[in-house]
Amino acid sequence: MNSKRILILGIGNLLWADEGFGVRCVEALNGGWVFPPQVTLIDGGTQGLYLLPYVQEADCLLVFDAVDYGDPAGTLREVVGDQVPRFMGAKKMSLHQTGFQEVLMAAELTGKLPAELVLIGVQPEELEDYGGSLRDVVKAQMVPALNLALDWLERWGAAGCLRDAAAGAAVAITDAALAIDVYEDERPTADQACRLGDARFLGQPAA
Amino acid sequence: MAAYETQGFKLDNSGKRVVVDPVCRIEGHLRVEVNLDDKNVIRNAVSTGTMWRGLEVILKGRDPRDAWAFTERICGVCTGTHALTSVRAVEDALKIQIPENANSIRNIMQLNLQVHDHLVHFYHLHALDWVDVVSALKADPKATSALAQSISSWPLSSPGYFRDIQNRLKKFVESGQLGPFMNGYWGSPAYKLPPEANLMAVAHYLEALDFQKEIVKVHTIFGGKNPHPNWLVGGVPCAINLEGVGAVGAVNMERLNLVKSIIDRSIEFTEQVYIPDLIAIAKFYKGWLYGGGLSSKNVMSYGDIPDKANDYSSANLMLPRGAVINGDLSKVHEVDLRDVEQVQEFVAHSWYKYPDESKGLHPWDGVTEPSFVLGPNTKGTKTNIKELDEGGKYSWIKAPRWRGHAMEVGPLARYIIGYAQGNKEFKEPVDALLKELDVPVTALFSTLGRTAARGLECGWAAHKMSYFFDKLMANLKAGDLNTANIEKWEPSTWPKEAKGVGFTEAPRGALGHWIKIKDTKIDNYQCVVPTTWNGGPRDHKGQIGAFEAALMDTPVAKADEPLEILRTLHSFDPCLACSTHVMSPDGQEMTSVKVR
Repeated sequence: MNSKRILILGIGNLLWADEGFGVRCVEALNGGWVFPPQVTLIDGGTQGLYLLPYVQEADCLLVFDAVDYGDPAGTLREVVGDQVPRFMGAKKMSLHQTGFQEVLMAAELTGKLPAELVLIGVQPEELEDYGGSLRDVVKAQMVPALNLALDWLERWGAAGCLRDAAAGAAVAITDAALAIDVYEDERPTADQACRLGDARFLGQPAA
Repeated sequence: MAAYETQGFKLDNSGKRVVVDPVCRIEGHLRVEVNLDDKNVIRNAVSTGTMWRGLEVILKGRDPRDAWAFTERICGVCTGTHALTSVRAVEDALKIQIPENANSIRNIMQLNLQVHDHLVHFYHLHALDWVDVVSALKADPKATSALAQSISSWPLSSPGYFRDIQNRLKKFVESGQLGPFMNGYWGSPAYKLPPEANLMAVAHYLEALDFQKEIVKVHTIFGGKNPHPNWLVGGVPCAINLEGVGAVGAVNMERLNLVKSIIDRSIEFTEQVYIPDLIAIAKFYKGWLYGGGLSSKNVMSYGDIPDKANDYSSANLMLPRGAVINGDLSKVHEVDLRDVEQVQEFVAHSWYKYPDESKGLHPWDGVTEPSFVLGPNTKGTKTNIKELDEGGKYSWIKAPRWRGHAMEVGPLARYIIGYAQGNKEFKEPVDALLKELDVPVTALFSTLGRTAARGLECGWAAHKMSYFFDKLMANLKAGDLNTANIEKWEPSTWPKEAKGVGFTEAPRGALGHWIKIKDTKIDNYQCVVPTTWNGGPRDHKGQIGAFEAALMDTPVAKADEPLEILRTLHSFDPCLACSTHVMSPDGQEMTSVKVR
């Protein structure tokens, strides 16, 4: 039996449209498959250092995220090994959200960087839609992204099985109110709640 | 803008303009612009939030019992605090009473978050504004050991230990991957510590990195999971079974013992590492007492940590509630979050529209109608602002005021209010610290004072966790295992309309959520977050906000390396973005500084 500890981590803020890609992928993976016990799936949200212990404990780390490669929207990329920290850089969050790159650096500084690193990233189309969900072009990449992840899990000796009736429904890793269908269905309409964002991001004058 | 005077500050924007954007490792969320006079002293400061958001946009029409899960996603570190504030707002609106055990557990979680946030803020985010990491390579490990042993009995202090740390650091620096240490202004003349103190701080940076992982386990134990623990309107979502075994299911004695051990280690680490480091560093910077801003004038705290459940009166809150205005410490004013005359938000200089912008609106009546209009003296374009015009609208943050006053919130505000009330839990440690540093009480009103108050509060919070742990255990052992009140869980039991307010003291300051519920759904939801208080812009009277005030009159050693500006802003532990997180292969930029 393979005892490599595997962490599948979805990161990003699901309140900001395509930024939720990582969390949605890990949510879907958790909902559709059953994995051996050495696999941990985590909705990492926008947490920085909180994620360090999970990362330090892993031998193999696979991260789903929205990544700005400057590609056309919806482009999926798989990044492996040393390239991962380099891709996890720029648009970091606020002071306390030290950013996931720094989590990796901290893991390295403490001598506990996972031996294998994989990043499955999608180029977002829309971020500046607070309360919005994944755009179609990004959502369409979820299945290919999940397939890439399932291949990695198989390679790491931890293949997933389709979740059937016998396995029962998954224990949600994201709160039920935030599950993608509920989140999308219950969104207030633009009439009820103004969705206008910052014109400098939207590229058009506001109001 | 002509030069003018407000709140005791003389504003003059005629000098060289320096733009720092973004301030907190985020792309375009918090930006400041300052004007320097010919001696490089800041004579005008402009703080702007460059990103729009409104939680009502997301929450309107949703189930109030779910609001916490959304608010938990606003931000990456205040997660638990927002969730707690949210469930309190709903409980207030629906008049739901929570069990004593739930109150104790919530307090332990909130205090735990304070300890974690303060420690991580000090070592991993703010220390690098005071500590020159690269200088640590020049330290003598033996002398570092002597220094460490002279200030604390913490056992990790041998010359060999510091030599190891130095070697690890050296390897890291030589690999060209500074990692967490990149983007520093290493070598700046604004750094004052000798190499040995720098090395000691780096060692403790690593130890704190290790220890912070332990602290958050408390959230997993009581919240069921991390990094996004579960919360519940009416109590806490964890059952307790003292006789149970194993890690699954109800919280049992084994789990509670782990909580106890984490609390004890938190006290130890704070008292033997954090506070001695703080004092050691402060001794080298006590000549640098800039950054006081509003702290010597107007400070406010909503209060938090109710001793008994369901009693939110000042007398029952262990973190003090009140407001001090015009520097009059002899009088602490009562703060009432329901009084529509007290907390109000103004938008004269914010990118929103009100029918009458000379008036403020209480959050229950809050209006969020964007109006992105730039002042006539703005340089650049709407999509690429080179220089803001603070005479016009210039921020996506509203300007909250308490009875018309701009207020500073946060650990320093809490300590000043506790001090003014004569509460010995706050006054005695402050007096002892001032004595140790041999500085007058006025030294408290500074960037360093803010940083020191956070450290003292970390110790306070660790001890209070212990208090609530004992209280919880006593209650459990007396046979009360109740953790939730679900009497009013069903919406059919709710009134047709209700409104409530929930408040907490987040690590970075006073946090309030105001909710209106109509026909069992959320009708309006407004958050006024600590960084709105501190980072807000001018109001209709031209009064400046806390960040702006704190930057005033500070000399900057090098205009293109504005370490002093970052140091002061970071001392507030600002959190604004709490939002996008997109990575790109090339950009590593922390701060772009533009000197114009």
